This record gives sequence, C-alpha cells and structure tokens, in this order.
Amino acid sequence: MTQQTSAAIDIEGVSISFPLYHGNARSLKKTMFSTVTGRMAADARNRVVVEALRGIDLRLRPGDRLGLVGGNGAGKTTLLRAMAGIYEPVTGRVRVQGSINALLDPNLGMNPELTGRENIMLRGLYFGLDRRAIEGLAEDVAAFAELTDFLDLPVRIYSSGMVVRLGFALATAVRPQVLLMDEWFLAGDASFMDKARARLENLVRGVDILVLSSHLADVVVQWCTRAIWMDQGRIRADGPPAEVLEQYLGKPVHPLPPLAPPAPAG
Amino acid sequence: MTALSHLQPSEHAVLDLSANPRWADRHRAAWRDLCDGLGQWRLVWTLAWLDIRLRYRGSMLGPFWLTISTGAMVAAMGVLYAVLFRLELRDYIPFLALSLVLWNFLGALVSDSCVAFTANEGLIRSVRMPFTLYAARIVVRNGVGLAHNAAVVVVVYVVLWTWPGGMAVLALPGLALWLVNALALSLLLGAVCARLHDIPPIVASIMQMAFFVSAVIWKPEQLGEGQWALAFNPFFSLLEIVRGPLMGTLPSPLIVGCALGYSLALCVVTWFVFARVRGRIAFWL
Repeated sequence: MTQQTSAAIDIEGVSISFPLYHGNARSLKKTMFSTVTGRMAADARNRVVVEALRGIDLRLRPGDRLGLVGGNGAGKTTLLRAMAGIYEPVTGRVRVQGSINALLDPNLGMNPELTGRENIMLRGLYFGLDRRAIEGLAEDVAAFAELTDFLDLPVRIYSSGMVVRLGFALATAVRPQVLLMDEWFLAGDASFMDKARARLENLVRGVDILVLSSHLADVVVQWCTRAIWMDQGRIRADGPPAEVLEQYLGKPVHPLPPLAPPAPAG
Repeated sequence: MTALSHLQPSEHAVLDLSANPRWADRHRAAWRDLCDGLGQWRLVWTLAWLDIRLRYRGSMLGPFWLTISTGAMVAAMGVLYAVLFRLELRDYIPFLALSLVLWNFLGALVSDSCVAFTANEGLIRSVRMPFTLYAARIVVRNGVGLAHNAAVVVVVYVVLWTWPGGMAVLALPGLALWLVNALALSLLLGAVCARLHDIPPIVASIMQMAFFVSAVIWKPEQLGEGQWALAFNPFFSLLEIVRGPLMGTLPSPLIVGCALGYSLALCVVTWFVFARVRGRIAFWL
C-alpha cells in the first residue's frame, strides 16, 4: 500500500464559462481582424459566453457524501468535471487532494473493435495500474460482467446489456479516495440494477469523499450526508439531504435508513 | 467483489488549479503535463500499437501495406524522374527512397497532429489526462510506420548495392531531433487546430507546397549556384540532416545550423503556446 494523503476538496469562488464560437466566429479571419482593427477587438472581447458555474464555494472532507440535485443545465456535471480537473476554473481555485475517479462516461475509452480483455487491459493502463493489478482487474471485471466466453471476442459483437455491464464493471473496479459520479450510473436494466447497486454501494462505502449528481431522491437521501441544489450555475440550497430535497421537489421526502458508515481504513 | 484500492501513484494525488495563473505556474503545469504524459509510456505504446493494428484489422500484410505502397511509388517515380532529370538511376533511387520515406512520416504526422485533441474529445471531457499523452501517441504511431517504411530503403540498398557506410550512424542524432520536433509539432498543431478550425486546410496546403519546393523528389545539386539558399527552408534542412548521412554525404554546417535553429524555434513556440492554452483546450472541443 502506498502512503496516502487524506482526501479533501476545496472550491473557492469558482466560475466556469464556455465561450460560444458561434457560426464562423471561430475562424482565423475573425481573429486576424480582431487584432487588426480596434472595433472588432471590442466585439471579440464581448463574445457570448455561457456561464455554467458562478461563484461556487465548497469544502469537502473525508466522510462527506455530497449529493448534487437540480434541473438539466444547472451545472451539476460541469461542477463534477471541475472537481475532476477536466475544466480548469475561469475564476477562483479548485484544490483536490487524493486520488480521483470520475464516473462520467459509461464507455470511457472503450474501443468496440477490441476484445473485452484488451479493453480491460487498456483501462488498467489508463488507471495507471501495473501488470499484476491489471490481471486482478480482468478477473474482477470478467466475473462481475458475466462475460465468460465473450471475454476474448470483440466488444462490437456484445449484446447491449453486456456492453453496459462491462462499462459499469470497469468504471467501478478501482477504488479512489474521491469518487465523482454522474447520474447515468444509476440507470440500467432492472435485472442488472440490484447487482450493480450492491457493487456501487460497496465502492461508495470505501471512498473518503463521494460527490454524486442524481435525479433520484431516494438515492441522495440514502447515500448522502449533505445535498446541494444547483440552479443556473449557483448553489441555491445547501444542507441535509432531506431538507434540500424538500425545497427542490416542493414536497417532503421520506427518510430512508442511511448507508452503513465507511469501513475503517486498513 | 473487491475493488482495487489504489488508483494513481500518491505523488500525483494533489490537484491544484487556479484561474489566471502566473506564468511560473503555467510553465510548471506544462512541465508536469509533459512529464506525466511521457511517464505513461506503456499506455502511449499500447495505444499507438492498437491504432496500427485496428487500422489494418483483417488485412494479411497489415502495416506492411505501407511498405509496399511506398516501394511501388519509389520504383515508379524513380525510373521516370531519373529519365526526366537525366540522373544516374543508382544514385537517384536511394535518394528518392529516403526522401519519400521521411516525407511520408512527416506528412502523416502533420495530418494526425491537426486532430490530436479534437479526435479524443470524448476522453478529454471525461477524464483528466496529460495532453502530452495524445501527442506522444501520434508520434509513436507514426514512428512505427516509419520503421515499416524503412524496409524500402534497405531493399533499395540491397538491390542497387549502395550502402552508405559508417557515416549512416550520423543520421541517428538527426532522427532523435526529428522525434523531439514531432512531439512539439503534434502538441502545437493539436492545440491550435482545436481552437481555430481554419488551420488544418492551411497546414495541408503548406505541406503540399513544401513537398515540391524542399528537394524531396529533385536533388539539391540540380539547383546549381543557388543551392546554398535551400538550407533556409526548414523542411529541407531537417530532411537533409537525416538523409545526407544515409546517402554518404555530410550536411554542411549551415544546414545543420539551420536545422537546429528551426527546431529550437519550434520547441520554444510550442512551449509557450502550450503553457498558455493547455487549460483551455477542454473548452474548445
């Protein structure tokens, strides 16, 4: 085991905006003209931007389980991406301590032309695992995804259920200190859901910090110790899950037994 | 069902990103990107090999198709141009083989580099990876292609029995310089093309023009008096530092100086552009 620093997320006054290079505004001509003539420069500076996050402040420490709720386009996924270091802040500061695994794309880096085993190896390399750990990863994933004979066949011939299982098994095979999870992770076919949920809960128990973006009120109430309601890139409410969800949904949420506390490190 | 309990080596486990960083921070972040990217050489190597394998999936000869098409090109063009230019076949064909093999590498590298980041949009938007990784993947992939193509040169040497002799070793520092430049070019074009979508067509026409003006298919001696000026063409000077020793001629100090100067300029420009825009690339995809 490597010596690990304790996990932490500190977000101070973070704003993220996306420049909209509409039409042909993204061309060299516009850039050239904007540097040549003064008026165009003013136009270029006043370019249209979409403010995805506006002045977010957030502090998370080991044991924190944060649920992000809010409508589409509220900035939940952008906030997850900012925490994962994919989008660097336009203003403010993002500091994340500890290994991160961001479950954002179900088929992250998966190549349909490669066999299941090759995809597992590839993901192992993306995770920075050594050869031994990759073998362990292959066993664990193959067992969970029930691929058996298909493991050495190209993913392109898998049934859609098998692809989902493989993607899910791969993404959840490695336990980070900070787990960032987008909502799609809780969607899936019913027969697979119970098993997937058990695996996910097992993973979530073991991480120091969880940030979960979800539409599902019961998952947020059950898994999280804190919830944030995001609205138009801002934090609209912040507090215990049941209270925040009640404000967000406009109706009381029935409390569920919380998930068992994280297992002691060791 | 046990999860593997480590994800990244712990020294990389702190992420600290500020808006409007000072240049010192930008340089540090760019340096770290470079080191992390090259540090994942196993992943780079695997990805590059998979690219090649998938491109030639189901084909019997695989990447050797590259070799064959280059060989056919050399044979066809070699005979024709030797007659057109009134040159000795035995002298011209090795020259043409070397030129085309090196130019094929450069051409493929440049066109791949233009989509270095845009082609990996999905990956870049779902996981933080060093950008150098994508650039290095392109360099390795094309380097493997170059190695396959090199067989054409060897066959030409054997058939015409024109071995370059011990001086060929001097092509190695030139090739090393090519690799450094290839990585720089890949990062630079990848970043610039992600932001400005007009650049790839411009680059394509520059490459086409450069092919004809850089003494790839014609020999520099054919210029007569004016051939010293060719050294100032960056494509020519860089081509010559590898091709010269393999043809048994030592490039002049002017050519070597120009090759080094242009390489330095490319690396410095790339460094500053990359340090400046690295954090913005994800927003441009």
